[in-house]
Amino acid sequence: MKREPIDQFAAEQSDERRTSVRLGSKAGHEKGTQVLHEDYADVDLLRRLAGQIKQHTLEHLDSYLEKAEEKLRTRGVKVHFALDAEAACQSVLDILQARGAKRLVKTKTMVSEEIELLPFLERHGVECFETDLGEFIVQLDADRPSHIVKPILHKNRREIARTFQQKGLGTYDDTPEVITRRAREFLRRKYLEADVGLSGANFVSAESGRLVLVTNEGNSRFCLAAPRCHIAVVGIEKLVPDDRSLSVFLNLLARSATGQRLSVYTEFICGARSPDAPDGPEEMHVIFLDNGRTEVLGTEYREILRCLRCGACLNVCPVYRQASGHAYRSVYPGPVGAVLSPLLAGKRFLELADLPKASTLCGACAEVCPVDIPIPDLLVRLRNRGKQEGAPSGATPSLGGFAKLASMPTAWKAALGMGKLVDHMPRAVQPGPLRAWQGERDLPAWRGGAFRSWFRKRGKKT
Amino acid sequence: MSTCLCDAFFDDVARATVEVLEQLGCTVEFPERQTCCGQPAFNAGDWPAARTVLRHAVDVFAGEAPVVIPSASCAAMLSHGAQILFENEPDVVAVKQLGTRAWELTDFIVRGLGVTSWPGRFAGRVAFHRSCHARGSGTGDAVSALLRSVSGLEFVDFDEAEQCCGFGGTFSVAFASISTAMGTLKLDNLLAAKPDVIVSTDMSCLLHLRGLAERQGRPLRALHVAQVLRDALASSEVGR
Repeated sequence: MKREPIDQFAAEQSDERRTSVRLGSKAGHEKGTQVLHEDYADVDLLRRLAGQIKQHTLEHLDSYLEKAEEKLRTRGVKVHFALDAEAACQSVLDILQARGAKRLVKTKTMVSEEIELLPFLERHGVECFETDLGEFIVQLDADRPSHIVKPILHKNRREIARTFQQKGLGTYDDTPEVITRRAREFLRRKYLEADVGLSGANFVSAESGRLVLVTNEGNSRFCLAAPRCHIAVVGIEKLVPDDRSLSVFLNLLARSATGQRLSVYTEFICGARSPDAPDGPEEMHVIFLDNGRTEVLGTEYREILRCLRCGACLNVCPVYRQASGHAYRSVYPGPVGAVLSPLLAGKRFLELADLPKASTLCGACAEVCPVDIPIPDLLVRLRNRGKQEGAPSGATPSLGGFAKLASMPTAWKAALGMGKLVDHMPRAVQPGPLRAWQGERDLPAWRGGAFRSWFRKRGKKT
Repeated sequence: MSTCLCDAFFDDVARATVEVLEQLGCTVEFPERQTCCGQPAFNAGDWPAARTVLRHAVDVFAGEAPVVIPSASCAAMLSHGAQILFENEPDVVAVKQLGTRAWELTDFIVRGLGVTSWPGRFAGRVAFHRSCHARGSGTGDAVSALLRSVSGLEFVDFDEAEQCCGFGGTFSVAFASISTAMGTLKLDNLLAAKPDVIVSTDMSCLLHLRGLAERQGRPLRALHVAQVLRDALASSEVGR
């Protein structure tokens, strides 16, 4: 029996991992929903407003980017534009090499995962450290994050304690406080030694050029305080029109992502050191990354660029809960990833064309999305694109024959009568989808045409 | 519109739908040439095929009368999915016109006819599984209002009610292990509330949940909301 790769992955993962992911996601969803509904009488109104502001920004991205660039430059920031992952990585390396920098500490940023920045820099002799606890653990394990906000949702503390022991960070101890303290002690030295601190940005205000970082662990402050140079790599879709609109997004983001009213740290970064701002880094760079985004902007999938990377759609998604993040074979997992990853894959779209099929189109994601992205609609659109571009059908049965039957009423009626044959057919010779259905489920008795004859007969009586 | 599932398997649901509508004073017509709403092909990404089916539906259901469907999923296909399917097609207006006349049964009763309570009696604990395609429509509230008004009916809550049953059309066979894991979890949550009967607006969810429960040897009584409303009229008793 053919299987879809994501289904195969889900079936093969350990019960322990499935349970960690499912319960972690469930708890995340319930907390976020509770806080949002406690605080706002009409959450949907707020989500729609946020979606409209983002959509407006995207539709005028050219002018907002120009505005942001100008503001950033007046604040002493060097602005770069990178068309693709390679250009962005090269841009970071050029900055490091120009400064003779050899050591880098970084905050958690999905964009750096997307462009595979760390392996690139390490190949060029730069020592890099993730400083977000989850990402640090992922780095130690040479693993990949499995969730946008909670990168180690797929791990439990026993696995982490074993890693720490193997990597020389102390004897086995799976107390969360001990694990955290050991990571802190180790990273504290790295912050002081680092030449460059690298971050992403949750938002960039076009009006003020302010970068906004939303974090919880304080690691971003260390990353940006000690090193003399700050590089921010930012997807071009992170722009918002002005500082005022941040009030909408900051209120939604932490609640949707972690169920917090406000994250522990919300940093507004206004540029490099200057006579007016003696505390900034000596040198600051912002690299705006395209990497396929402008191409998406010109298509019917553009709404996906509103995404804030809050992870709420992952947490609520029943498929993600069963499959976990690595099943999606890409940096962005879950519902948003099933849309975004194939799109950002560009010419390699077909390699990920199975992702949009990994959904019952239940719409739970759209119901929680803080920027009101119609994710199920985008999934269906991408299924259509996959079909048009000749993506292999995999385990998904073709509906062409059924559709043909459904447009021929006489044949349809005849089929209603003949369906009974299936009841008497040995399962081995039944059509594939029926066999797949009956792997774990019974099929009800065929009653084709029964309603029609009832309706006809009673019509005659009256 | 009887839906393909009721046409093939669940004739009593279609029958109950007719009886409920007639109780409300409606004259029910059943255009014999009807087949399917087009959703299977639409969701599978085979849009040319889905358009053919939809055009047939537009033709069969031409006119001004409301098209009442015992399924939130098929109703959502006509009122929402079809608009996407035809956004660049010359006959989009006719498709939209059908979409505005398409109603899920309970939504039609409550918002369409303005009837918010139901006579009769139905003794038992009812767990209502809101089908996912009822999200964002009037269906969830409609079912809740109608069932809660039925004498003797106890409406019970259960955990993770917002989660899908795992059916998802072709998803159920292409992603069989995730689908059955989702369905089993849904059954666990539903049955933990110890209902006498599980009720939904969609036979697709119940086809899946019943099929799983039967295979797993778990007792499950599942009814379409139309059957509950009809049975309440007849004051039949269930459970206990």
